[in-house]
Amino acid sequence: MQATETFYDVMRRQGISRRSFLKFCSLTAAAMGLGPQYASQIAHAMENKPRIPVLWLHGLECTCCTESFIRSAHPLAKDVILSMISLDYDDTIMAAAGHQAEEALKDVVENYKGNYIVAVEGNPPLNEDGMYCIVAGKPFTEQLRYATEHCKAIISWGSCASYGCVQAARPNPTRATPVHKVITDKPIIKVPGCPPIAEVMTAVITYMLTFDKLPALDRVGRPKMFYSQRIHDKCYRRPHFDAGQFVESFDDENARKGYCLYKVGCKGPTTYNACSTIRWNEGVSFPIQAGHGCIGCSEDAFWDKGSWYARLQDIKAFGAESNADTVGTAAAAAVGTAVAVHAAASVVKRVAQKKGE
Amino acid sequence: MSMQQDMSKELQMHAEPAVYVYEAPIRIWHWINAFAIFTLALTGYFIGQPPPSIPGEPTFTFLFGYIRFFHFAAGYILLIGFLFRVYWAFAGNHHARQIFLPQVWRKDFWEGVVHELKWYFFLAKEPKKYVGHNPLATLIMHIMFVWGTIFMIVTGLALYGEGTGMGTWQYDWFSSWVIPLFGQSMDVHTWHRVGMWWIIIFVIVHIYAAVREDIMSRQTIISSMISGWRNFRDPSRKPGDEI
Ligand code: HEM
Ligand code: SF4
Ligand code: SF4
Repeated sequence: MQATETFYDVMRRQGISRRSFLKFCSLTAAAMGLGPQYASQIAHAMENKPRIPVLWLHGLECTCCTESFIRSAHPLAKDVILSMISLDYDDTIMAAAGHQAEEALKDVVENYKGNYIVAVEGNPPLNEDGMYCIVAGKPFTEQLRYATEHCKAIISWGSCASYGCVQAARPNPTRATPVHKVITDKPIIKVPGCPPIAEVMTAVITYMLTFDKLPALDRVGRPKMFYSQRIHDKCYRRPHFDAGQFVESFDDENARKGYCLYKVGCKGPTTYNACSTIRWNEGVSFPIQAGHGCIGCSEDAFWDKGSWYARLQDIKAFGAESNADTVGTAAAAAVGTAVAVHAAASVVKRVAQKKGE
Repeated sequence: MSMQQDMSKELQMHAEPAVYVYEAPIRIWHWINAFAIFTLALTGYFIGQPPPSIPGEPTFTFLFGYIRFFHFAAGYILLIGFLFRVYWAFAGNHHARQIFLPQVWRKDFWEGVVHELKWYFFLAKEPKKYVGHNPLATLIMHIMFVWGTIFMIVTGLALYGEGTGMGTWQYDWFSSWVIPLFGQSMDVHTWHRVGMWWIIIFVIVHIYAAVREDIMSRQTIISSMISGWRNFRDPSRKPGDEI
């Protein structure tokens, strides 16, 4: 592996024409919400900067992030980035296997100290000394610690790495733990979603490779360019929401008319993601367009909030099936009853007093 | 000077056993605030549990939009009113400070609380008379109303900032830290809704206590919030007299 190799070199070696390369640069600039002038900046960076190695680790997960990634709308984007990455380490898609693969990982860690990126898909389970997830004969926690020790930055792919996801659902038997709670001394960029949108993934990684820095993050650590708005803010069913036109139950007349899915539990109003703008599968559709509410897959603990088909979330402390309204009405009814009893007692007392006078 | 002496002294300034407690700005605020809370609870309830769908062309219908609009408008009235109320705690008479600063460090405050509790549990024959709120009322107002309102304003603005988006003061000052603090946006919605029930419970207790005290403790409570004057219908007893 040459140290001076650039991204452009890699692309050309992959048989990508200069024309396609420039198209890719424009597309990436557009996806990241940058102006057209940035396309040339991206091109320039890719032509001149030495390629930054990327290690793609897999912990406790279902590989849906990789599955999403390889379905990126612009084939070039994923080909380029994928080939750049698979040169280093990604156990799902790299050619190397076994000891050879572990060598590749070691090679990057040792030769590129402080100058490589670790992308993590899935998370480390911490119970039983990490025995619930073994990679190359060792707990994944160890691989994660080893690989990230000298890295420049970490990308937490998907809700698993970012928040824990379904394997962290109560009672979380394996103690699946998001990456930022295990590795605390590195810059971490979270790209939540189950999985994240392919174009979001490629854009994030391209941004980091070309500009050599993290994209602007919000307070939670998500790239602002894709996670600063809710599904609801750009949902095409929003006019029905504002009008007060809701699907009352699946397959009713309103569902056929494409009304808002709020009442059947759509989590669009509380979910930060780019589905309603970028959509899925080459921009074909997204869940709401297919008639199903958003389940909030890019939000922390979406797996533990009660039914996906209820607008109000469960409040676990008060037992199953209780939400703010059941708890609230019960409390208000209790107080109301107490007040009524007290009022009655007060009247009795007063009458008694009157008699006594 | 003890709280009770304080009040007796104030009483002496009037020939009648009546005291000017609630200044006009407080009274106006009280009723505007009551109206705002009523609107907020009503519209807020529907935001979480929308009314049945209405037919028609969405371009010409804005029902849910109006429900939300009135919620936000009333929310801002509540907010501005509350800011004014905090200002008046400094600018107004000493009763105006009462609910913000319950005098929990004073022994007679807690004795008052205990006495009021006894009165409510029919263990004390007579309530003590206070010019402003009695200590129990002060404590409940402080915990349930003052902090309840602050909670609703903070969580409400955090939710509002989600709509106005990054870069707005609502987002930067509230949403940006409130949402991660609660977990995610949904949790803020849930707690905002629990907060509504908290406020509703306060309203039930508040109205009941006001009506009851008005009748049972022989001093004006409800009309005081209209006229500002608290009349003691039992001239033989002065506020603070031990029963
Ligand atoms: C006593 C005061 C208040 C009460 C009782 C109240 C009640 C509620 C309730 C019950 C909801 C529905 C929650 C849900 O199920 O999602 C809600 C939502 C909301 N409230 Fe309030 N609220 C109060 C004050 C405020 C204030 C001061 C603001 C600030 C402007 C505010 C802004 C909002 C916003 C932005 C939403 C979300 C609307 C949406 O999701 O479309 N609220 N409120
Ligand atoms: S379908 Fe969901 S995201 Fe779309 S407007 Fe309705 S509630 Fe919002
Ligand atoms: S619409 Fe919601 S649940 Fe579906 S992928 Fe997007 S964020 Fe996840």
